[in-house]
Amino acid sequence: MHAYFKDMAGTVTMRIIDPWATKVVNLGVLLLWHYIHFIVNVCYFLLGLSGAIKSYLISTGVLRKYRALDLGKLRYLAVVIDSVEARQTEKVIELLQWLAKMGVRRACFYDPEGVLERSKDVILRKLNFISLLEDSTDDASPAYEKKLILEVASKSDGKEAVARAANLLLVKYLKSKSSSEDKEENFFTEECMTEALKAVGCRGPEPDLLLVYGPARCHLGFPAWRLRYTEVVHMGPLKSMKYGALISAIYKYTLVRQNYGK
Amino acid sequence: MNVDGTSYDQGLYGSLCESMRKCIFKVLSVGPIPVHVAFIMDGNRRYAMKHRLSEGDGHKAGFMNLCHILRHCYDMGVKYVTVYAFSIDNFKRRPEEVQGLMELMVESITKLLEAESIVEKYGIRLYFIGNLKLLHKDVRETAEKAMKVTADNKRVVLLVCVAYTSWDEMANSMDKSCEEKLDEVRKGGGIQGNGEVIPRGVRVEDIERNMYMSVAPEPDVMIRTSGETRLSNFLLWQTGKTALHCPRALWPDLGLWDVVWGVVNYQRSYSYLRDQLHK
Repeated sequence: MHAYFKDMAGTVTMRIIDPWATKVVNLGVLLLWHYIHFIVNVCYFLLGLSGAIKSYLISTGVLRKYRALDLGKLRYLAVVIDSVEARQTEKVIELLQWLAKMGVRRACFYDPEGVLERSKDVILRKLNFISLLEDSTDDASPAYEKKLILEVASKSDGKEAVARAANLLLVKYLKSKSSSEDKEENFFTEECMTEALKAVGCRGPEPDLLLVYGPARCHLGFPAWRLRYTEVVHMGPLKSMKYGALISAIYKYTLVRQNYGK
Repeated sequence: MNVDGTSYDQGLYGSLCESMRKCIFKVLSVGPIPVHVAFIMDGNRRYAMKHRLSEGDGHKAGFMNLCHILRHCYDMGVKYVTVYAFSIDNFKRRPEEVQGLMELMVESITKLLEAESIVEKYGIRLYFIGNLKLLHKDVRETAEKAMKVTADNKRVVLLVCVAYTSWDEMANSMDKSCEEKLDEVRKGGGIQGNGEVIPRGVRVEDIERNMYMSVAPEPDVMIRTSGETRLSNFLLWQTGKTALHCPRALWPDLGLWDVVWGVVNYQRSYSYLRDQLHK
């Protein structure tokens, strides 16, 4: 049996209203959906396989163009790790060793739940070439220059930090003016905000590149104020991270050209 | 293609494509469909260069494709679509290009409000999001008129970000949140302490409520065209749990398959993203 219906755009369409026929059609649609997702999974598996081969070739130096990385453009690197995966401290340590080996000198490691903040003492004990951003000085000695300056951040450095910065500005405003007076329009400008965020402890710069280790390509609430023109690259799960894939991501970043809206 | 988002080809081939499109949406609807999809419409100028067109024609092709993409999204069951049409940083472009874009915006909004347009067919409510004071007067007035005329539309929503950057949105929201707290003190509210009244602290919820984008839920999927992987100062606050998708197609070339691929990828990571939302 058939009936005619109007869809959202007002087009008349025919639909089957026989209950058995509807069941059969729905079953067919369900199978088709699972089949499509199966095919997509196979495609991603094959892509992963080719990525692993490429990564192997890069790390062994067979692919020459990846041998000499120009890290001059990469002033600040951010790494976002899913909080469950961030519990694999050994993997995090290995990743930091790779970054140091490649010549990365400044990096921010972020996970939403603060797992990395809790394990940073263990990391610091194991890796003597790391210095925390909050302890960093203007020391220009060759020994210090070889260190990797690390910032560790979590959700509390994101939206909550913006609220803290707003309160700081509010207090500052109240100190400078009587609250009974009308507030000047746009007292809280972007420049004021940046200063206030630095004052509440968010003094890290905007990363040039953000690598996401986790199940989805998603920045997981990395401090929004610092993401304006950051390239976001999904690296897959931390447990299957590859040195060659890291080099490839950084190499691709060095080829990106940005015009900042102009 | 027409401004209502339909194809010019209404013959047998057109009907076949239409049936195919509906079948695809029916199959996709077995899984979760995103409630809100955001687009960074990048690549109009590169499209013009590739096809040896003027810049203006590239932007016009971009607008025509917007109608096309909106039709796909709404037919699929998406309720909110947000597009990044013009950034505050775009004011740094050549004055002739900025002027051309402003004229195109007025022309496009006017077309959208005409009878038989996609807005009427789908019952779209229009919002123009951003620091509208920065726009040329005629664009601002046309945008305000469009919001007023479509205010009673309830079915689906289109949010057009113009004169927008996420930095500006955040600073503006903080400004409004602080203003609210000062207002409380002026009205005798606030916290009593040491013989004086001080404002209550600004909370994250206050800032979120005062965002321009507070009229819509956070996006489930963000699609940036041209294969670029940055957010370019767009919805930085709202995309913490959003699946990012960067097809290589330039915006005027973005088609049904790119949108479908974005949704399939969203469905693959849906359970993870849903868990993140509840954390």
